[in-house]
Amino acid sequence: MIDVMYFAWVRERIGLPKEQVETDAVTVNDLVAELVAREERYAAAFADTAALRVAIDQELTTFDAPLAGAREVAFFPPMTGG
Amino acid sequence: MDIRVQAEAFDAGAELNAFARGRTDVGAVVTFSGLVRDVAHGLKVMEIEHYPGMTAKALEAIAAEAKTRWSLADVLVIHRYGALHPGDQIMMVATASSHRADAFAAADFLMDYLKSRAPFWKKETTGKGDAWVASKDEDEAALHRWDEPGLT
Repeated sequence: MIDVMYFAWVRERIGLPKEQVETDAVTVNDLVAELVAREERYAAAFADTAALRVAIDQELTTFDAPLAGAREVAFFPPMTGG
Repeated sequence: MDIRVQAEAFDAGAELNAFARGRTDVGAVVTFSGLVRDVAHGLKVMEIEHYPGMTAKALEAIAAEAKTRWSLADVLVIHRYGALHPGDQIMMVATASSHRADAFAAADFLMDYLKSRAPFWKKETTGKGDAWVASKDEDEAALHRWDEPGLT
């Protein structure tokens, strides 16, 4: 079971900030494919992963990163701090 | 090193004084303050969302990286989240060093990294509705000025 979190417009498109996902996905990309297959709102949020960022256990990573041992995966648009 | 992520307003002048007070090892303090700017001429509110578990960690990593690159006596980062209005303070960075070159460079570096690598997102509400502020290509390009192994 992985905690999957969404921020900013990704959160708005999917319609929730956080959910628990039962998955055997090997990489982030595999997890995205599973989510996209669920419902249109996921497909809308993940239509262009090049426009998204991902963090595993609160560290930025890439979509080809392995999920082994991950407790928390977060998806969000490019950050706009400062 | 003092990293604060908070909803509350802060007094940049008081923070600067507190940061510099009593230090005799420091010849230079550089501060940067970021304010909410009404670009749209009608900005009602800017909502800043963040990733609570990750934000402080990301800011600490950025500040720690700055301390490895420059000779810094201290670093202060304050960044707000929640609903802000035009003219409000969003954030401030302060760096203290023996000499000004390191204090300036480190503050510049902190701002560049904070813009694109700290998990904050801004949403602007104007009379025309809501819109998420898009990241700018030049913000990402600005990071390459500092290219070295370390942060990605």
